[in-house]
Amino acid sequence: MAKVLDNPRPTAKERLAKIGEQMQGSQAWNSIFRPGSIFRKGYTDSPRNRSYVIMNSVLYHLHPVKVKRHAVKVSYTLCLGGLSFFLFILLTVTGIFLMFFYRPTGANAWEDIQMLQTSVTFGLLVRNMHRWGAHLMVLSVFLHMARVFYHGAYKPPREFNWVIGVILLTLTLLLSFTGYLLPWDQLALWAVTVGTNMMGYSPLVGNQVRFVLLGGVEIGSETLLRWYVLHVIMFPFIIIIFMAIHFWRVRKDGGISGPL
Amino acid sequence: MTEIPEHLLKRAQAARDKAAGGDAGGAAGGDRIPGDLLDRTKAASDGAAAVVATAPVGGGVPVGAGPGGHTQRLLTVVKSGSIQEAKAAPVDKVHTWPHLLAVEFVAALACTAFLFVFSWVVNAPLLQAADFNKTPNPSKAPWYFLGLQELLTMFHPMIAGVTLPGMGLVALILAPYLDRNASNKPEDRKFMTSMMTMFLMFWAVLTIIGSFFRGPGFNFTFPWRDGIFFEL
Ligand code: HEM
Repeated sequence: MAKVLDNPRPTAKERLAKIGEQMQGSQAWNSIFRPGSIFRKGYTDSPRNRSYVIMNSVLYHLHPVKVKRHAVKVSYTLCLGGLSFFLFILLTVTGIFLMFFYRPTGANAWEDIQMLQTSVTFGLLVRNMHRWGAHLMVLSVFLHMARVFYHGAYKPPREFNWVIGVILLTLTLLLSFTGYLLPWDQLALWAVTVGTNMMGYSPLVGNQVRFVLLGGVEIGSETLLRWYVLHVIMFPFIIIIFMAIHFWRVRKDGGISGPL
Repeated sequence: MTEIPEHLLKRAQAARDKAAGGDAGGAAGGDRIPGDLLDRTKAASDGAAAVVATAPVGGGVPVGAGPGGHTQRLLTVVKSGSIQEAKAAPVDKVHTWPHLLAVEFVAALACTAFLFVFSWVVNAPLLQAADFNKTPNPSKAPWYFLGLQELLTMFHPMIAGVTLPGMGLVALILAPYLDRNASNKPEDRKFMTSMMTMFLMFWAVLTIIGSFFRGPGFNFTFPWRDGIFFEL
């Protein structure tokens, strides 16, 4: 017993603290976290640290350090813009999962979805989440637009952000519509047939646009490949650019509108 | 009792010392400009010599470069409101962290939970494999286009499929430029809000009819009599 007291070994807690200290002093750590990051200096609640959480992290790209008091009231935005964005992220994550199991050809598509549902772990659940999430996003973007309108939030200086918004709405519908074809079942085929027939009525270029989109006169395997590319790469790419402009403008236009 | 790390204590002490020194200068000036700013101004007015002196020697750094070797500097007077629409009067603000981020986090969590549970309980439809020779009756567009499909039953395709939706979209884009009323008070905007409400109601009713009151041949049905012909 006495021997142990003579030569006290560091406790696990002390050793952990030492490792923590060494880690935080290392060059690697300091290269990862910017000066002023709360991961460098630790966080104790103070107005300055509250500012640092935003200012010294990537969050600064999305949020200013301070926002109007009324802007954080859920009853004003109903979180709808933010939820549209969040749903987009959820759809990206679940969509990437689905891509691992799906081939966009007339011969494979439907069977791949069938396989996904029956033999892939969580396949059915993830497909459900992707599908219901997509419908939910269309809904939340619609509702976001309505809330912006009823608050008069499109008035100067926010006119142009409303225009960006209309583009986002269109892109959301296009994303949803191109995804609708991909399961390649009777629902997909004929819903898209009805939808694209409407397009053929546009004057002058209607039929040409339809031809390019379908990759032919009628829907077929070529259409499936085209819509797949549009759905998984092109429209997401474009919508991200417009979302970036949208969020940037929310800040540059003086933060969120209101109070009423 | 939480312990304050030593380096923080040291830093705080240094800051306090500096503040004490600066205060004397500030008091002498009889205003509230912090001492360190005054020092900086003095250093700058000592002339270009001071600037050159701070530049690293050699190493190909241009004469007159800043302390970090920067060769460009932003020197401009930014009038409030010229770049950013900022209110000149102070606004009641709160910190984004934790006030806004906490709300966003809870909203995201609730949304995920809802979607997760809903997807657990309700399966997405997967009908028979696509078959070009079997047209289902009725054939319906996705729900958000059913308003349009419904219009097709009333008007010439050119009008229902192109003119009306086109006009709707243009009106939506132009709304902020057509509405010249600057107020955002609901009581001042009765006309615009009633227009929008009518517009939304019109679409909602068309979409509901298209979704639930159209059966085989896209003919009118009652869902409680003939069942629902609708897939999501
Ligand atoms: C993908 C779709 C969209 C996303 C992700 C999105 C996201 C957002 C977010 C996060 C905000 C901050 C305030 C809030 O949450 O309400 C916002 C504000 C705004 N959005 Fe959107 N939005 C989308 C579509 C639209 C649409 C369709 C419109 C209108 C046609 C629109 C017009 C506006 C305007 C004018 C503001 C400023 C509102 C204010 O200052 O009160 N957005 N948007």
